[in-house]
Amino acid sequence: MQIKSPDFKKNARIALQDVGLQKALGNLKAGFPVKRSIAVDRMPEFEDLRDEARDLKNHILGNLDIYLEQFESKVIENGGHVHWCRTAEDAQKKILEICQEVDAKTVTKGKSMVSEEINLNEYLEANGVQPIETDLGEYILQLREDHPSHIIAPAIHLNLEDVSEAFHKHHKRPKSDDPAVLMQEAREMLRKKFVAADVGITGANFCVAETGSTIIVTNEGNGDLTQTLPKTHIVVTSIEKVVPTLEDMTLFLRLLARSATGQEFTVYNTLSTGPRREGDQDGPENFHVVLVDNGRSEMVGTEFQDMLRCIRCSACMNHCPVYGSVGGHAYGWVYPGPMGSVLTPQMIGIEKGGNLPNASTFCGKCESVCPVRIPLPKLMRHWRENEFEKHLTPSAARYGLAGWAFFAKRPTMYRMLSKTSNWFLRTMAGKKGKISKLPLAGGWTDFRDMPAPSGKTFMQQWKEGQR
Amino acid sequence: MPNAEHHPRVGLFVTCLADMFRPSVAFATVRLLEQAGCIVEVPEAQTCCGQPAYNSGDKKTTQEIARQTIAAFEGFDYVVGPSGSCIGMLHYYVDLFEAGDSWKQRAEDLKARAFEITSFLIDVVGFDKISASFEGSVTYHDSCSGLRQLGVKQQPRTLLGKVENLELKEMEEAETCCGFGGTFCVKYPDISNRMVSNKTEYISNSGARTLVGGDLGCLLNMAGKLKREGKEVEARHVVEILAGMCDEPAIGEADYDLAKQL
Repeated sequence: MQIKSPDFKKNARIALQDVGLQKALGNLKAGFPVKRSIAVDRMPEFEDLRDEARDLKNHILGNLDIYLEQFESKVIENGGHVHWCRTAEDAQKKILEICQEVDAKTVTKGKSMVSEEINLNEYLEANGVQPIETDLGEYILQLREDHPSHIIAPAIHLNLEDVSEAFHKHHKRPKSDDPAVLMQEAREMLRKKFVAADVGITGANFCVAETGSTIIVTNEGNGDLTQTLPKTHIVVTSIEKVVPTLEDMTLFLRLLARSATGQEFTVYNTLSTGPRREGDQDGPENFHVVLVDNGRSEMVGTEFQDMLRCIRCSACMNHCPVYGSVGGHAYGWVYPGPMGSVLTPQMIGIEKGGNLPNASTFCGKCESVCPVRIPLPKLMRHWRENEFEKHLTPSAARYGLAGWAFFAKRPTMYRMLSKTSNWFLRTMAGKKGKISKLPLAGGWTDFRDMPAPSGKTFMQQWKEGQR
Repeated sequence: MPNAEHHPRVGLFVTCLADMFRPSVAFATVRLLEQAGCIVEVPEAQTCCGQPAYNSGDKKTTQEIARQTIAAFEGFDYVVGPSGSCIGMLHYYVDLFEAGDSWKQRAEDLKARAFEITSFLIDVVGFDKISASFEGSVTYHDSCSGLRQLGVKQQPRTLLGKVENLELKEMEEAETCCGFGGTFCVKYPDISNRMVSNKTEYISNSGARTLVGGDLGCLLNMAGKLKREGKEVEARHVVEILAGMCDEPAIGEADYDLAKQL
């Protein structure tokens, strides 16, 4: 996927004028946050579970090597394989290699953001293996040659008309705008693909160390068909998804569904524990887990470690007023919203991803809904510090800040500056009480008036003895 | 707090925006503190809380400003200001210094004494004898830092409830950010504009005649947008109403007596 994060401002401007997108974003706002709120209100212990989940994740991250190795040995014991991939390229190559071993022509895929992160579809296609997305949202996007704009509702930026149009064009059926008809159509199309696929690729929401199991949660059941029908099942996931026990997994499942969609439990919770055993009625003959690092281990032990607690629920973006204004594509890479603003600079570099952690008012709504209490604004601020230290902050902002700081560190001179600015603004406003156009402040006055100071500065008046 | 029971000595954290744009907010804060039995002083050595530097990633400048502010307010029983955002910044000072640094302890000490005005009145001194009257309906915007960092939610509403004739009409999404965000509003003006446009719609849908809030940054942003849109809603800081100091025109209103002030 092409990186467009450096163009965030331009992307955002376009997104704000996109009528269809704005309509779709309106639906998002009225959906997930409301449902989450209802689900949370119905669970008195929710806040305690968040603490528990945060603490457990911190424990896991402090012992990541131990749990990953335990997970690996259990997978092997169950007859599966684990592949450690440091980079996205390593993971691409390994997955292609497994596909080629079984001479795969087509591959069905369950929804996986890690596969987006490693740009898997493009790579497989370029190497003669046809990937087929089976999650309805992802399937629609694949038909439209589009990318996810949200981590759990990938086609949230589209409206019914867009889907109807895409299906009509690709399925060669009469056009319909009935969601039930469209869904049935997708089912029929996908059914054949499920049966024909040589390999099934899924992600994993969690990897369980004590049993060597991986789990996916879906609301469509497509994941089950993806992973049980083909001869080979590849799980592509990342190292921070490991949890010690099944019991621990259930803690996260309770938080995940409620935080994400407001469900008490996701409809399908499917565990995979090794390949088909003797006497099993179904299941793959080969079971592979591709464990992707891609910069994550570098975050352990740093100020960004807290980000590795993320369970990909999407609550942060669902509640974010910036995401709600511009949608996911504006962020220009795989992970949007607050979690993406922290993760993306780690993966594509702060030089390219620097806009994202800056595009936040630090309103704190994301942190207030995060099920594992990731201090997202604080982590975005760490990126700004990182940028500042590397002299990547735009020079106008840098000089402006330095000029201001000179005064802010000298109270007497700061008073003079306030006094002068106060006088200047009042003069500009004249008798109107507001300023409609102010040089160098177009960012403000293009869209709103600047209320004028209502009198001399407080410090002046206080000194003059006014009360 | 030692010796703070009867007449606490309070250092007023004026805040840049109150100082420069709306002195009446600082005067109203002083009046409320005095009504609550406090002795108020305004330390000369204060400037800005340092938030512009902090949020721009300039940690060194933030530390320098933090040390200056900590020193300026040492010795006061409390530090009170008319802004959740600026007081919230004072609370962040503890994160700026390493454990073992004596400034960390001093920052902890400041944090324990620093309060947003409505929270101070209700949570610290238990003062709610508001003797003000306000004709008309108001709607309250919860500014982000006050709300989520300092837990300011009920306090201003409790106090507004004591104002004679005042009717509170809650808006939808009162807790959603208005899009100000300090430098955010000029760095990302298009997004900020969308956010504040959403906000002014909620404000006018509430049917209230006056928008009230606890942070001048947000209020200047929303008032500026309301003016630009020609909406008939005026904006005031909550302390102006609580202190009964509404003689002055609302934020961005026309009839300032310019001749007198220049």
